[in-house]
Amino acid sequence: MNEPTRSTSSGQAPSAAAPVARLIEEFHKLPGIGPKSAQRLTYYLLRMPPAEARALAQAILEMKEKITFCSPCQNVTDVDPCRICTDDQRDRETICVVEEPLDILALERTRAYRGLYHVLHGAISPMDGIGPEDLKVAELLGRLKSNDVHEVILATNPNLEGEATAMYLGRLLRPLGLRVTRLARGLPAGGDLEYADDVTLTRALEGRQEVGA
Amino acid sequence: MVAPRLYKTEAIVLRQRKLGEADRIVTLFTPLYGKVDAKAKGVRKTSSRMSGHLQPLTRCLVQLAQGRAREVVAGCQGVESFQPLREDLDRLSRALYAAELVDRFLPERVESRATYSLLLETLRRLQTAEAPDFALRYFEMRLLESSGFGPDLGRCQGCQSPVQAQQNFFSPQSGGVVCPGCAAGVAGTRVLSLNALKLLRLLQREAYAEAARVRLPPPLADEIERHLRSYIVCVLERDVNAAAFIERLRREETPHAIKV
Repeated sequence: MNEPTRSTSSGQAPSAAAPVARLIEEFHKLPGIGPKSAQRLTYYLLRMPPAEARALAQAILEMKEKITFCSPCQNVTDVDPCRICTDDQRDRETICVVEEPLDILALERTRAYRGLYHVLHGAISPMDGIGPEDLKVAELLGRLKSNDVHEVILATNPNLEGEATAMYLGRLLRPLGLRVTRLARGLPAGGDLEYADDVTLTRALEGRQEVGA
Repeated sequence: MVAPRLYKTEAIVLRQRKLGEADRIVTLFTPLYGKVDAKAKGVRKTSSRMSGHLQPLTRCLVQLAQGRAREVVAGCQGVESFQPLREDLDRLSRALYAAELVDRFLPERVESRATYSLLLETLRRLQTAEAPDFALRYFEMRLLESSGFGPDLGRCQGCQSPVQAQQNFFSPQSGGVVCPGCAAGVAGTRVLSLNALKLLRLLQREAYAEAARVRLPPPLADEIERHLRSYIVCVLERDVNAAAFIERLRREETPHAIKV
């Protein structure tokens, strides 16, 4: 693109060479990158060996070209269906519903869950106009048509949007005769009782457990 | 009221949005300083000591410090968490609707004690009310009144003659009732039954305890909801997002509406 140098949103002086200004502007679009960070990253890349810069550019392109959403679980993947969905070691009777693909990484780190996942790609937020139709809810219902699934674990975030989503899904799924569960809520590891809010503390009390001998 | 550099206040959290990696901007509604946006640092981490106290629809005591662009939440203690709202999707969606309306109606940093206590009372009513929708209608009317947009239910907006006890029309654009004679000349009017007119006047004049004694047949409840909703959309010049979700919940309430 041979566009003339525009004064960029990052406030870059028009005197900066056009390709430099353009890259600064591209970086500026990224979350958490302000004008100064965008400049710093650009000038760092400027001094980088061409091979490394090319590797970075290719990594971005490859990621965009090869990554799709897994058709059953909606997770990001380079093979469709994804490795979790095709793994025959996993329990196919349980689906854990999460908001974002990153939540799967967190749950997988625990090595405590061996079932399948479903990514909603968001949470219901009535005030922001995000309703069930904006999430992968229809896809979830589609998966539950087969009789393989016996339990759905609602693992949306324990905040207002996540709770609203879990309640909504609970309403939707209960008539299907499945076991619908919600992740427990309680005190975080390394937390202090005195700082706990009353919602968390109430739940922690309700979910108290026998102390093992 | 101009806020000092570091101050403590009671607040109801209206909404939150994400900021950066682990922060959020919370929209706080305070009685004295009005609507204030504040940055809450690190509240998206599970180890955060504040996140639970800053969930939307929580009444809390906050300590706010002036930051560069906006206030920063320095400390926070929940006072009232409205737990019954959080456990019932129908009540929750209505409470969120109320919070959204307050957020849209109020300008930033304008003292609004009356609206604060109205919202607080409404949230409490929504927790237990047998007819949460009625509590919401009352809230809508009072919010319109207190922000200066109360509809004129006494005189025809066309000919200024007193409204007769008959079927009239409601015109959001002209801000009140239009008599049958003038209705043809006014765009966007809807039929306003006599009972609905009486009910709207009741909401406008009576205290909640008095108004809530009325038993509403569903068609009448629907009618006043439609009128107030269209009037609010007209005043705000935009849709209220949470209303769409309430509608959806109602549609799906009919058993077996969803086929799998």
